[in-house]
Parts: sequence; C-alpha cells; structure tokens
Amino acid sequence: MSTSADTIDEFVSSDYKYGFITDIESESLEPGLNEDVIQFISAKKDEPEWLLEWRLKAFRHFEKMENPTWPHVKYPPVNFQEISYYSAPKKKGDGPKSLDEVDPKLLETYEKLGVPLHERARLAGVAVDAVFDSESIGTTFKEDLAKAGVIFCPISEAVREHPELVRKYIGTVVPYTDNYYAALNSAVFSDGSFVYIPKGTRCPMELSTYFRINAANTGQFERTLIVAEESSHVSYLEGCTAPMRDENQLHAAVVELVALDNAEIKYSTVQNWYPGDEEGRGGIYNFVTKRGICKTNAKISWTQVETGSAITWKYPSVILQGNNSIGEFYSIALTNKAQQADTGTKMVHIGKNTRSTIISKGISAGKGQNSYRGLVQVGKKASNARNFSQCDSLLIGNKCGAHTFPYIEAKNPTASIEHEATTSKIGEDQIFYCNQRGLETQDAVNMIVNGFCKEVFRELPMEFAVEAQKLLDVSLEGSVG
Amino acid sequence: MSSTTVINLAEEPANAFAEIKRRGTALLPLRQDGLARFQESGFPTTNDEDWRFTSLKPFTEMPFETMFEPTIQTIGQSVINGIAFSQHDTDRLVFVDGHLSSELSQISNQSEGVIVSNLASALTTIEDKIGALSGKDQNPLIALNDAFFTDGAWIHIPANQALSKPVHLVFLYTAIKDGQASHIRNLIIAEANAKGTILESHISLGQAAASTNVVTETQLGDGSNLEHIKLQDQSSLAIHLASLHSKLGSDARYAFHSFALGAQLSRNNLRMDLAKPGIECMLNGLYMTRGRQLADHHMIVNHAAPYCNSHEYFNGILDDQSRGVFHGRILVEPEAQKTDAKQTNKNLILSDEATVNTKPQLEIYADDVKCTHGATIGELDNDAIFYLRARGLDSQTARRMLMHGFTGEIVERIQHNTIRDELNELVWGRLENEYHLN
Repeated sequence: MSTSADTIDEFVSSDYKYGFITDIESESLEPGLNEDVIQFISAKKDEPEWLLEWRLKAFRHFEKMENPTWPHVKYPPVNFQEISYYSAPKKKGDGPKSLDEVDPKLLETYEKLGVPLHERARLAGVAVDAVFDSESIGTTFKEDLAKAGVIFCPISEAVREHPELVRKYIGTVVPYTDNYYAALNSAVFSDGSFVYIPKGTRCPMELSTYFRINAANTGQFERTLIVAEESSHVSYLEGCTAPMRDENQLHAAVVELVALDNAEIKYSTVQNWYPGDEEGRGGIYNFVTKRGICKTNAKISWTQVETGSAITWKYPSVILQGNNSIGEFYSIALTNKAQQADTGTKMVHIGKNTRSTIISKGISAGKGQNSYRGLVQVGKKASNARNFSQCDSLLIGNKCGAHTFPYIEAKNPTASIEHEATTSKIGEDQIFYCNQRGLETQDAVNMIVNGFCKEVFRELPMEFAVEAQKLLDVSLEGSVG
Repeated sequence: MSSTTVINLAEEPANAFAEIKRRGTALLPLRQDGLARFQESGFPTTNDEDWRFTSLKPFTEMPFETMFEPTIQTIGQSVINGIAFSQHDTDRLVFVDGHLSSELSQISNQSEGVIVSNLASALTTIEDKIGALSGKDQNPLIALNDAFFTDGAWIHIPANQALSKPVHLVFLYTAIKDGQASHIRNLIIAEANAKGTILESHISLGQAAASTNVVTETQLGDGSNLEHIKLQDQSSLAIHLASLHSKLGSDARYAFHSFALGAQLSRNNLRMDLAKPGIECMLNGLYMTRGRQLADHHMIVNHAAPYCNSHEYFNGILDDQSRGVFHGRILVEPEAQKTDAKQTNKNLILSDEATVNTKPQLEIYADDVKCTHGATIGELDNDAIFYLRARGLDSQTARRMLMHGFTGEIVERIQHNTIRDELNELVWGRLENEYHLN
C-alpha cells in the first residue's frame, strides 16, 4: 500500500510544537553529583536539618544501587555526573511576591504552552503550580484555596511552612530505598507540588501542575506529595513539555499520594515531554515512580496520557491497604518515531473487599516500542479482592512493537482476577467501511484510534480530555494502518 | 555393588566429570562444553527473572548422586501393568533411573525405516543432532544435562511414514535416597509428512527427594503431525525438571499435552521455534497440586515466520499450600505477519493457602497479527453454581460438575480417543479422592 507508506512518513515527521527554548537567565549548578551538590540544593531551599539528613541517606543508598535493566527499553547508560542538578530562573532582588512580579518572559512561555496562569486560570477554574526546571515559579489561586483550608504550594515552601505535614508523609509511600531513580530523586529533588486537603473537604477546584524543562544539560527531579485527609476529595492534573535538544535529558520524578479513610484522589497526567527525533536522537528520559496508598474505603484513580518522552518508564501504583478501597488505572501510551515506553501499574491488594481496574491502551507507530508491564498482587488476607485488567495494543506500521508483560500473584482463594489482552492493527475492512461512508482515510484512523481510547478519555477531567484528544489526533496525523 | 556414585555437584562438578571420563562415555566435547557452561552459570536462583517464583533450593542443597549405572533392583512386569496407558496397544521403551531396561521394554515391528530405540545405543549416528535445538538455551539445567545425561529415547520417523502404534516412553525412578539424580535425554525426529503419537510417563517407585532432569528435542519436518502426551506423576517428594525444545517445519502440526500431577517441585520449560510458515502448534496443559507441591510451566513460543498459529491452554487446580506458576511468552518477530496466537491460563484455588503466580506475556513486532492472552484466578463461579442448583442439582454435584468441566476442557483436546478417556478418568479419580472438592 503506497499511500500507507507515504502517510506513515508524514506522521513520523510531524512536529513537536512545544520545542522552543526560552532565553532567560538562569542560575545553574555545575554538572556533577556528590554530597556537596545535595548540601547546596538543601541550603538553597533553606531546608531543615532532618530533610538534609534524609537526602544524604538517600544518596548513600543510591550509590549502592545499580541501574535497573529489566524494563523493555534500550538506551545508553546515563552519566549522572554530566547532569546539572539545579537550575532556576534568576530572580530579581528578593524574588516575586506575587504572580505580577514574575519575569514576563516566563509568563510568556507558559502562555505559549497554553497554561492558564493568570485570569485565564479563573475562567478555566484550575489552580496551577508551574515548575520551571527546578523551581516553582508561582501558584495561582492560593487565597481561594486557603479559604477552603486546602494547601497547594511548592513542596519547598511546604517544607518551610508546614514541616510537620511534610515530615509525616514524605517517603512513606515511596521510600528512598524503593528503586534506583526514587533514591536519586530523594537525594536531589528540587521542587514539585504539595497538596493537603483537610478532613471532610471537597477541593473547590481542579489543581494542576505544569512542568517545563528549559535549560540544557539539566535534569528535572520533582517531588509531588498529595495528602487527602479523611472524607476529602481532590482532582489533580499534571502536564509536561520540554524544548527540542539533541542530547537526552533526565526526568526522574516521585509522586506520592496518601488517601486516608473515605478520601478520594484523582490524578491525571498528560505527559508530552520532547520525544526526540525519528532516529532516536534527543528527547527526555522519563523515569518516574508514582504510588498511592488507600486507607479504608478510600479511592485512588490514575489516568495518564503518555505521548512524549524518548523513554518512558513509569508504573503509577496503588496499595490497597484499607478494606473496601479502590484503585484504578487508565492509560493511553502512544509511541512513535523511536520512542520507547515501558509503562503499566501495580495494584497491591492487602485489605478485604478491595477492587482494582486496569485499562491500558497502547498505540505503536513509526519505530516505537510500547510495553505494558503490570502487577496485580492479592495478599493472603485480601478476601473478595477483585481485579479486572484489559490491555489492548494497536499497531500502526510494520516497524513498531507492542508488548504485554502482566504479573499476577494471588494468595487468596476468594480473589477473582481477570486479565485480557489483545494486539491488533487497524483493519483494512474498518478503514474501507469508513471510506465507503465518505470519510477520509485519515479521519477514519483518528476516529478508530479515538474509539480505541474512549474508555480512558472518559476518565479525564473535561478540559484535559479535549486537549488529550487533540494531542492524539496531531500525533497520528498522516498515519494509516 | 553400589549403583550410584556420590559427588557434590554444587561444589565439585569437575570431580563428577572425571567419573564420566573414567567410564569412557561418548560425546565428550558436548559434555565438556555443558560442564563448562554449568560451572560458569551455577544453578539458577530466584534472582533470575525466569526462576523468580520457583526456587531450586530443595534441589541444589542436596548431596548429588548421579545415577551413572542402572539400578540392580529388579522390577517386575506387574509394576508396568499398574501404570497409566499400559493397557493400550503401544510400543514401550522403559528406562529405570535413566537407563534402558530391555526386559521391560517391548518394541513391535514398526513400519519400514522407523527407529524406536534408546539414545545410548545410537550415539555414533546421531551425535551431531543432540543439542542442535537445545544448544543455544542459557538454562543451566540443560548444560547440566549435556554433561551428565545417561540415556533416553531415540525415535526417528522417516518421511511419509507413520508410527504404526503409539510409542510409550516410561521413565521409572527407584531412588530411595534423597539427592539421587537421573539425567535423561530424548531425541525425536519426524521427517516430512511423518505422523505419530508419543506418550511419556514419569513415575516414582520410591519415596525420596530424588531429582529428574530431562531434556527432550523434537524436530518436525514439513507437513508432519505429532501428538505428544506427557504425564508426570512422580512421588510428592520428587523433583522433576524438564525442558522441551521443538523446531517445526512448514505446515507441521504439533500438539503437546502436559499433565503435571506429581512431584514436590516440577518445572517444564517449553521452547517452540516456529520458523516456517503454516505451522500449527498447540501447548495444552493441566496441573493439579496439593500439599506443598509446586508446578511451574515456562514457555516461549517464537513466531519467526508468517501464517503460523499457536495456542496455549493451561489450567491449574490448587489445593492446600501448593503453588502454581505459569509463564507464557508469545514472541512475534517482524516477519511473522498473519500470526494467530492465543494464550490462556486459568487457575482454580481450593484452599486459603494456595498461591498462583502467572505471567502471560506478548512481545509483538509485526503489525498484521491477532494475538490475545487471558488469565484468571479465582474460586468456582457462584453464579454458575446457583444456575445448576436452580436446576435441581445439589451444590456438591454442581461444584463437581463445574470442576469436571474445568479439567475436561484440557483433556478433551487430546486427539487420541482411548488415551483421552483414560486420562479423563485418571484426573477425575485423583480429584475425587485427594482434593478438597467441597
């Protein structure tokens, strides 16, 4: 099919529109990783002694660990000494007191990215915390949130102003010993968001963080901590972009969610880091640890749309510790060009009557390699645990790959676990059917892919769903199965 | 005279090897190479992804006594008459602790050119074929087998010929001491358009933590059709380690059925190489475990050519503190377009303490394929029981009926009629008498 070959070429060469660089003076640390760097970061952020201690412990542990090789991805070893662990836009004087004082160039950047930082935020009804390289540059709607008792601020600020909360929860869900990149993150994390929802509160608006890597040779290591007290509810969104550069940049984040009794956290991600070019040059290495813990009757729902990054290595997980708790994972992962994704989830059933749902949709095009890797674990005491997993893969073109690696472990006879997976391509008959009804082949492909992903789009908050759908359409431009 | 030689394999494999040399065994280069590979790798541990859920500790911590010589104990014909499939009209090769017993074996006149014999007697003619399929595998147990195997079956069906009756390979183990080990090697070659049915039984006569390490290579020519039924029914202390390596020609049909009922620890490595178009390959298995048994099936089906179908169906019933492990990987290479691959693993847990670990995996590099897999773990479906009760069956009968359906699903895929019936009864009798069905 000659048209198919043409359109696939077109697709592979479609542009990354967030690849610009903001020319802004920034303050960066010389590349290198050692205890001095950690002390510098900690001092820069005015951190208390216990946190510095914790970072150093993590770093010492990190030094003892080895880079994991089990993911189904290939990349040259990362040289941690070539990375700068701190980069922040240079502040004038004492730094901005409010958004109005933030460097207009920065705001312009976010404007370009479509982040509603100003009044637009009010219209959109979304509170945004924007992280530029290592520093959080402004949180909107702070006062409105404060009225409801919600704390939404950069984690560095939370460390200063709510140390008791941070200290109580940080590292409890993802300890620094958890894995290689979690240890690295714990040692050098620079900023990120902190959310605290008090007891019985329903967060009055959607919270959102926007991550942007700008400076060259820097790594971004953000840390997000969300604590939902008893019977509270919060929906949190996160989005990411980075400039186009020929070298790879490392992004190793840690996200911890704590949902206490009857609380509910909904966490949505649209990840669109720069994916690199078709030869696999450049792009972000996205090595992320995300995990939440559910107490009695609590619920955590992860939704992710992963279209960016050269390499994605990410398993948002839920520990269902409390009885009757619920974990959900909805994912769309698209790999094209030379992107590689190894993503999935872990559902650890500990409490009784716990339920989990996994819906994963993988789309591979170009030379992309897409793997689903997941674990469903049912402990001895998790009576009546229930899991349903569905992992579907769609292949576009004949140079890509789609893989499924589920792990299922059950130790309780009353557990009921189902796993289903299919791999297929867009059928010629499906396209033909649409053509026959007057749809262009491209529209037909978009339509079929959107239909394929519908179950996940449904889970995204409205504004994000629209954006995600568009993102997918753009990424698929010109592709015909 | 002692029939075995005690050597500590974990610590001094070289000494064991000296023993082999002393006996002037054939195939020294293969054995030497196997030993070198084993010395380098050592036994697999649970740190190896392929052995994550199956610890070989009970096996590696024992003193090793390789059964270099046949046992002197005499086994009566009555023993043979008591084992499964013995009442069928089959040719029979009997091996005791990895050595051929000519008295118990019974070979009729097969069609012209068909060879049914033991491997050790034919080594000079088939030297280059041994290890042809298993050679590339990194599994240390194969290296161990290469170095130490004593005997096994050698079956050759020439082109356009068929086995006139099924061949029954009977492997008996007399071990009464912990740590006694038998290393067995089988080679089965079916040339183009050849046909046949092969039965394989592993039976313990003694109660001991003795081990079996069997490597089987099956090579199927274009258009050949082979059905291979394996029944592993060893004592609850035994350790059974097996690997099967198959290479199939164009349009070949291969059906392998595995019934893992016995052994303290059993592991079946199945490696299917589908490198020619039009192949149909079925791996079909049932494992039933109780007490502290562990049954592990680990398969890789490699689709390297277009228009091949592969199907894997594995059901397990687990009672007491037993464990079931399943690893299935379907690998579809870029050139294997139009692949149709299916994989299911269903597990029924009967007790509070049984564990299941299942990893059904798909690795796909071609776009025009149909691949699915599914896995379930759970108890019997209450709705199904209710449905049957609503129709007047008591709950016990309903449960039995559903369970019978669960095992029957696997058993009924056996093409050989009378063998299928016998296995059905065997499996069901076992469940009725030894498992907690209610």
